[in-house]
Amino acid sequence: MMIYLWAFLVGGALCAVGQLLIDLTSLTPARILTGYVIAGVILSAIGFYGPLVEFAGSGASVPLLGFGHLMAQGVQKAVAEQGLLGCLTGGLTAGAAGITASLVCGAIAALLGKSHDQN
Amino acid sequence: MKMTPEEYAQRVRRVGPPSSLFRDCAWAFGVGGAICLLGEILRQRYLAMGADTQLAGTLTSCTLIALSAILTTLGLYQRLAIWGGAGSLVPITGFANGVVSSAIEFKTEGRVPGTGAKMFTIAGPVIVYGTLASVVYGLIYALLGMAG
Repeated sequence: MMIYLWAFLVGGALCAVGQLLIDLTSLTPARILTGYVIAGVILSAIGFYGPLVEFAGSGASVPLLGFGHLMAQGVQKAVAEQGLLGCLTGGLTAGAAGITASLVCGAIAALLGKSHDQN
Repeated sequence: MKMTPEEYAQRVRRVGPPSSLFRDCAWAFGVGGAICLLGEILRQRYLAMGADTQLAGTLTSCTLIALSAILTTLGLYQRLAIWGGAGSLVPITGFANGVVSSAIEFKTEGRVPGTGAKMFTIAGPVIVYGTLASVVYGLIYALLGMAG
């Protein structure tokens, strides 16, 4: 049961950090998401993010930091298997499901959906 | 009474609720935490159904993306975002919301220049810089492997 509590607390904390960045700096949402993915790659590379995912499950993997972690793990695995070529294949291969699911959903939604006020 | 924009901003800050930063963060914490909790519930279900860790993670992400797409198409995710702020932006559902809302919003500009291109307004930078970061890490990892 503890994993659910930690997922909530860690996920919530990572989002609260994002809110601090929005309120205290003038970073736009696109910049924050981009920053989170890059930070995820770096935190994964230095060996910090893997244990956090073990500990908090979706609390660490659902925020976009987790997407960066996924890409970093992918590139690490690909380099171990294929050498330098893995640099070019590992990241996007690992992220492929999330990116493709989003794009397919976007295309279907554009067929079905009507424009809503985004505010 | 005339005020410069700076004075006005200062005054708003003084008169406005003092805890708005705290309130924003509390909402982001609650909404973001709830989305991650939902993700963990889904992940445990997939694990219980026999998926390995990697597959369960992928299925969880795809389920959350589909849910976000449905809520965005119905115009509900935007309402969540009013309260949730970064709590609805930072999770993978926020990424999907960025893709889907741009796809719908710009369909009047055509399938290719509208939906096709504008879908990447938010997703594009994330994918470009995420991929770049992974390539840099891959190079370092490969070089360390050769050296070690």
